Amino acid sequence: MERLVDIAQSSFLPLIEATIQFTLPLSIISFIFGLVLAILTALARISTVKIFQIIARVYVSIIRGTPLLVQLFILFYGLPTLGITIDPFPAAVIGFSLNVGAYASEVIRAAILSIPKGQWEAADTIGMSYTQSLRRVILPQASRVSLPPLSNTFISLIKDTSLASLILVTEMFRVAQQIAATNYEFLLLYGQAALLYWVICFALSLVQGRLENRFDRYVSR
Amino acid sequence: MISIKNLHKKFGDLEVLKGIDADVQKGQAIVVIGPSGSGKTTFLRCLNTLETPTSGSVTIDEQTVDFSKSLSKKQIMAFRKQSAMVFQHYNLFPHMTALENVMEGPITVQKQDKKLARKKAEQLLTKVGLGEKINEYPFQLSGGQQQRVGIARALALEPKVMLFDEPTSALDPELVGEVLQVMKDLAAEGMTMVVVTHEMRFAKGVADEVLFMDEGRIIERGKPEDIFNHPKEERTQRFLNLIQKTDII
Ligand SMILES: Nc1ncnc2c1ncn2[C@@H]1O[C@H](COP(=O)(O)OP(=O)(O)OP(=O)(O)O)[C@@H](O)[C@H]1O
Ligand SMILES: [Mg+2]
Repeated sequence: MERLVDIAQSSFLPLIEATIQFTLPLSIISFIFGLVLAILTALARISTVKIFQIIARVYVSIIRGTPLLVQLFILFYGLPTLGITIDPFPAAVIGFSLNVGAYASEVIRAAILSIPKGQWEAADTIGMSYTQSLRRVILPQASRVSLPPLSNTFISLIKDTSLASLILVTEMFRVAQQIAATNYEFLLLYGQAALLYWVICFALSLVQGRLENRFDRYVSR
Repeated sequence: MISIKNLHKKFGDLEVLKGIDADVQKGQAIVVIGPSGSGKTTFLRCLNTLETPTSGSVTIDEQTVDFSKSLSKKQIMAFRKQSAMVFQHYNLFPHMTALENVMEGPITVQKQDKKLARKKAEQLLTKVGLGEKINEYPFQLSGGQQQRVGIARALALEPKVMLFDEPTSALDPELVGEVLQVMKDLAAEGMTMVVVTHEMRFAKGVADEVLFMDEGRIIERGKPEDIFNHPKEERTQRFLNLIQKTDII
C-alpha cells in the first residue's frame, strides 16, 4: 500500500508536467486553428459559389468518414514516404485541427443558419459589408447558439489528444504508459491519467457555464 | 427627391413589380397601400437595394442608378446610403443594447468617432422618447419601444429618405400610437418618407399622397381624402371596403 502511494506521488509531477507541456497546448492550439477552419468551412458551405461548397463538403466528408487514428498515422507515418516529414507535435496539431474544423463546421453552419434572415437585412440596410455583418451581427449571435455543442467538441478533443501518444507525442497519457511500463502498476497509472482528464474536462464545463451566463444576458428567460 | 422609372422586379419567373413609376418631392410623406402580395414590401426593398431590381432606374437626391446595367457592389452600397429601412418586425440586434443598436451604423460603417456617435445616439433615443431606456436590451423593451429604437437606428445614418414597411402591424393596438407619433414628428420636421401602412388615420393626417398598389402596379394615386373617400378604380374600392370591414384600420 505504501509503495502504491509512493508511486502515485512520484508519478504525479511528470503527469502534470506532460499535461501542461503537451496535452493542454495541443488541445488549445488545435481548437483555435480548428475553429478558424470551421468558420471558413461553414461559410464555404453556405456561400453561393459552387466550387467552395464542393471543397467544403468533400473535406468534411473525408474527415468524418475516416478514423482519427488513421488520419494521425497517415500524417506522421505515411507522409514521410512522399518525402514530407513532420515532427510529432505539429503532426498532431494538424490532425486535430483538421478534425475539429470538420466537426465544428457543421455546428457553426447550423448556428449561422439559425439566425433570422432579418438580422442580415438589418445589417444590410445600415450599410454593412458581408464581413461586417458576419463579425458584428451574425457570428456574435451564432456563437451563443453554438457554445454548448462547441464545448462538447472541445471536451472530445482533450480526450482524443491521448491518441497522440501513438504518434510519439509525449503528452500525458504517453507519460503514464512509460511510467507504467517500468513498474507494472497499470491500474494506478491509467487511473491517475483518467482522473486528470476528468479534472480538466470538469474545469472546462465550469468555464462553459460562466460563458453561457454571459451570453444569456441578452435573452429573456 | 425620388424619381422611380419603370421599375421591374422578377423572382425567377414570377414578376412581382411590373413597371412602377413614381416621384416623391423633398419633405413629402407617401403612403403605399394595397392587398397582401401586391409587391409593397418588394417595392420598398428595391428602393433600399435589399433586392436588386431587374430593370428600371431610381434617382434619390440626384444620384441615379440604372438597374438594367450591371452594377458593382460599391455602386450599390453608395446608393443604399441614401435611404434607410424600418422593418415590420423591428429586426433589432438582440445582442446589443438600444444605444449600441443605434451607434452600430455610425461606428462600424461610417467609422465615426465613438464619443460623438454615442452622443448622437443618445439624442436620437431621447427624441423617440427612450432617453431612459438606452442601456436596455431589446428583449427588455415592449414592441412599440423596440420599433422606436428601430427608427432611431435608421435615423442615425442620416438618410435622405426613410422607408417604413408596415412599422406598426406587428404591434399590440395600444402601442401603435406611440410609433405613429414619432413618424408624424419626423414628417413634420420635413423628412422624406415612403410608408407602407394600412393605418388610415396616419395616411389621412400625414400623407401628402397615397399610392394604391395591386399585382405589381400602381393602380391609383392621389390625395388621401380623394383615395379614401372617392376612389376612382374599382379595385381600390374593393380593397378599401375589405379593410374597412375586417377592421385593419
Ligand atoms: N425573395 C422572394 N423570392 C420569391 N418570391 C418572393 C420573394 N419575396 C417576395 N416574393 C413574392 O412576391 C410577391 C410580393 O411580395 P411582397 O412581400 O412584396 O408583397 P406585399 O405587398 O408586401 O404583401 P404583404 O401585405 O403581405 O406584406 C409575393 O407573391 C411573394 O410571394
Ligand atoms: Mg409586405
